[in-house]
Amino acid sequence: MRIGVVTFPGSLDDADARHAVRIVGHEPVALWHADGDLDGVDAVVLPGGFSYGDYLRCGAVAHQAPIMGAVGAFAARGGPVLGICNGFQVLCEAGLLPGALLRNEGLRFVCRDVGLTVERTETPWTAGYRQDQRIVIPAKHGEGRYVADEATLDALEAEGRIVVRYLPGQNPNGSLRDIAGVSNAAGNVVGLMPHPEHAVDPQLIGGTDGRAMFAALAVAGV
Amino acid sequence: MTAPLLPARLPALDAATLPVEEELTPDRARELGHELGLRGDEYDRIVDTLGRTPTVAELGMYSVMWSEHCSYKSSKMHLRGLAADASWVIAGPGENAGVVDVGDGLAVAFKIESHNHPSFVEPVQGAMTGVGGILRDIFTMGARPIAVMDPLRFGDPGGWTDGTGRVHAPDALQRRLIDGVVRGVGGYGNCVGVPNIGGEVVFDDTYAGNPLVNVLAIGVLQRDRLQLAQAEAPGHLAVLLGSATGRDGIGGASVLASQEFDEGLEAKRPNVQVGDPFAEKRLIECCLALYERDLVSGIQDMGAAGIACSTSELASAASLGMDVDLDLVDLREPSMESWEILCSESQERMLALVAPDDLAEVLSIAARWGVPAHAIGEVVDGDRLRLLRGGVVVADVPARSLADEGPVYDRPRMRPAWLDELAAVDAESVDLATVAAGAAGRADRGDLDDVAAFALGFLASPNVASKRWVFEQYDQHVLAGTVLAPGMADAGVVRLPDSRRGVACATDGNGRWCALDPAEGTRRIVAEAFRNVACVGARPLATTNCLNFGNPERPEIMWQLATSIAALGEATRALDIPVTGGNVSLYNETKGAAIHPSPVVGVLGVLEDVGDAIDAGFEDTGDLVFVLGDAVPRPGLAGAELGRYLDAPLGGVLAPVDLELEAAIAEVLHLAAKEGLLASAHDVSAGGMLVTLAESCALGMVGVEVSLDLELGAAQALFGEAPGRVVVSVATEHVRQLAQLCADAEVPLTDVGTVGGDRLIVRDVVDLALADVESALDGGLEDALAR
Repeated sequence: MRIGVVTFPGSLDDADARHAVRIVGHEPVALWHADGDLDGVDAVVLPGGFSYGDYLRCGAVAHQAPIMGAVGAFAARGGPVLGICNGFQVLCEAGLLPGALLRNEGLRFVCRDVGLTVERTETPWTAGYRQDQRIVIPAKHGEGRYVADEATLDALEAEGRIVVRYLPGQNPNGSLRDIAGVSNAAGNVVGLMPHPEHAVDPQLIGGTDGRAMFAALAVAGV
Repeated sequence: MTAPLLPARLPALDAATLPVEEELTPDRARELGHELGLRGDEYDRIVDTLGRTPTVAELGMYSVMWSEHCSYKSSKMHLRGLAADASWVIAGPGENAGVVDVGDGLAVAFKIESHNHPSFVEPVQGAMTGVGGILRDIFTMGARPIAVMDPLRFGDPGGWTDGTGRVHAPDALQRRLIDGVVRGVGGYGNCVGVPNIGGEVVFDDTYAGNPLVNVLAIGVLQRDRLQLAQAEAPGHLAVLLGSATGRDGIGGASVLASQEFDEGLEAKRPNVQVGDPFAEKRLIECCLALYERDLVSGIQDMGAAGIACSTSELASAASLGMDVDLDLVDLREPSMESWEILCSESQERMLALVAPDDLAEVLSIAARWGVPAHAIGEVVDGDRLRLLRGGVVVADVPARSLADEGPVYDRPRMRPAWLDELAAVDAESVDLATVAAGAAGRADRGDLDDVAAFALGFLASPNVASKRWVFEQYDQHVLAGTVLAPGMADAGVVRLPDSRRGVACATDGNGRWCALDPAEGTRRIVAEAFRNVACVGARPLATTNCLNFGNPERPEIMWQLATSIAALGEATRALDIPVTGGNVSLYNETKGAAIHPSPVVGVLGVLEDVGDAIDAGFEDTGDLVFVLGDAVPRPGLAGAELGRYLDAPLGGVLAPVDLELEAAIAEVLHLAAKEGLLASAHDVSAGGMLVTLAESCALGMVGVEVSLDLELGAAQALFGEAPGRVVVSVATEHVRQLAQLCADAEVPLTDVGTVGGDRLIVRDVVDLALADVESALDGGLEDALAR
């Protein structure tokens, strides 16, 4: 399976995401922000980083990049899209996911492993996990506090669109309802703040609980 | 003289809008030179070199290039003794960074630098630009930066109670500095995408008026892709890559770092440069893409002294000249005067030399990464650096006179009289039961409970406690290479791209030791950094150093500096870890008070397989605990952390380090790691054996029970910092093999105890619950800063 990883100027975890794709046996394809098409990939990852420096609101510039038109069309056709950290912020800015990510409650960048519960497994990205499986993967961000209005949050809960939630006491940023990641209504677009791509390689810090997120695509039969 | 012929010329500015270059009379020139910090004899030397009165632009350039920061004029003659001659050293002192061969066709560039003064004036930007500057040193060599480490020193932040029961009140200034510097280091490193793998944070009031912000960076390159800061051929074009040139930071690093502080800090704020990590990220990718296509014939970063420095160094290194048209420099403010353009320290800029035929491709790669690029000059025959503005020559000097022929001083040195007074202090006779009772507010001798409470207080004190609060603000993961992150082991380890190999790096410094004895203190910190690298199983290869000292014009300070450099040379030669580069930071004084002499040493090592890397955490119940190394207890409380915790006067005599033993210990550790014999390794250093055991327990989330030699008393056994000792834990089935390795290397191996349980027990001395140890170490610093 060919999985595209988009590089915006200021993307930082793009090489990490390609490494994660490769390590689970898929083929990573580097996609460039200024290109208008997705090179026929089977799925798209928007990686972490500080696109365009994130001097403006995080993701506010990146979501206007030419490639995002193609990503939006791909998502509308049901193509699997995963936004990690900055990628999640970009998806929210693009309107492909609800809500927004504000500065962490403590107003500091936080880099630490966090415990999560996988609450929705009917997405192409989480099909490899068991329902309510607890996993530990690294979080690292300064602006990861997930917010949305109460009605939206209630709807997300009701529709089962909260994909991953921080374990009690492990919310590193003050996200409402401990939300770490959400999906669109169809489930093919998923965004989360913690970094599954940093939890794939047994030789490195971060553990290996993130592997299933990339390997899952095959399970989901995309 | 005419302007050089350049393709892609920008339209020249209307001459009428250019600032008028002031014509200097000899008297006015001498006066201006003085205002810019040039000594009378230095000014005379410029007149001699030029054979005429210098222009304003020339005076500006000389004043910056001959500043302490750029010229190393006080330290140069001493640093010459640090020659790096080893087969694995590809680039040594004098280059932007040291480069060593690590095998498999790969080389690693590494270097440490200071940004002390700017960080005191403006902590966030000072620290940010410190990180940016050291990263540019690394990728100037052709390497992709893959890790940073940050040794930091601040005054006491307060918010804690010491071992005499004294409450240290919160200090708002120190907290602002700590907060700002950590935000700056993280803000830049996180945004540019380089993981932080370690460093140190030390709090001591010697740094209250002069914090130290040192930053080390590591990069990797294909061995045959090394780039040099040297012109290749006349006719090649000088392309300025990166940000526009502005008035920010004029004389920032070069002038700020070459004076001590007094009143008027606020007024110096405009001298601090402003960092833009996003610009740096694009610049890194752009430069690496240019190297990949072999489009660069020479490159130099622009840090201190900007265009003046980069142009003169590139030309001088090749014994060539350069013509530069300042009208082609992209300016933030067109009204900038020539000397301002030349001396601007605007960040995120590089000067690359390219063959004229390659220019179009270079500009197109730069455009892909959104990096502004303009050809501003041309390499020419001869030795002159000529700078033009509005068609007029504003400076015309021999390039070498700026870059390589600055003044060198043999400043007077005098052994400080105070050293004898310090040596006369009895630091070694501490009775633990008495001080433990004292901490509990009593005058008798305490019992085991008092000692336990004292030990936990010590573990929670800001210097000893985990620096988690700091390193959690840094990205430790990016670039998919981090094997051992901050706080996990004695050194950070990163795997090299597409390789099983990895590099380990540790930084160490100890101003208290060096204040007592700069020679022994320096030998000890070299040994410690070396040992720390060995503890993760790596083979130590090379050294970088940042020499943070006071005002070299004071003979006592100059003596400390020269003595420390000599010891650095001696120890690195003995351990076969040549010095490949570094940085000298002088004038670390505020209002006449110098910091403790504070050399910081970084040692780099290589692991053939990162799967062999050893962390510091105990692993399995039943593993045996040994002390590898010095088996005979030696006094180790001179300059020790215990003295600081007890607010005792600094003093005593340092137990000397045995460098032969250190080398043998490292050999055993390297072989044992390769054979997979070790479950953990952690050296005994600042804070002593108690801290070593506590950290290994906390990291492994398991207890330990040991018996220590108590011949010199419990305080020495728990808190002594005598060098040459590493605590290892080993599964029983590997003990015989480890013992054989030790016997072969003639390294004593002392069985002290067993891993297991949920307590940290030193028999007959202290008994602590693991949970209390964990919470003291984990929460100590955060609690202090929250108060």
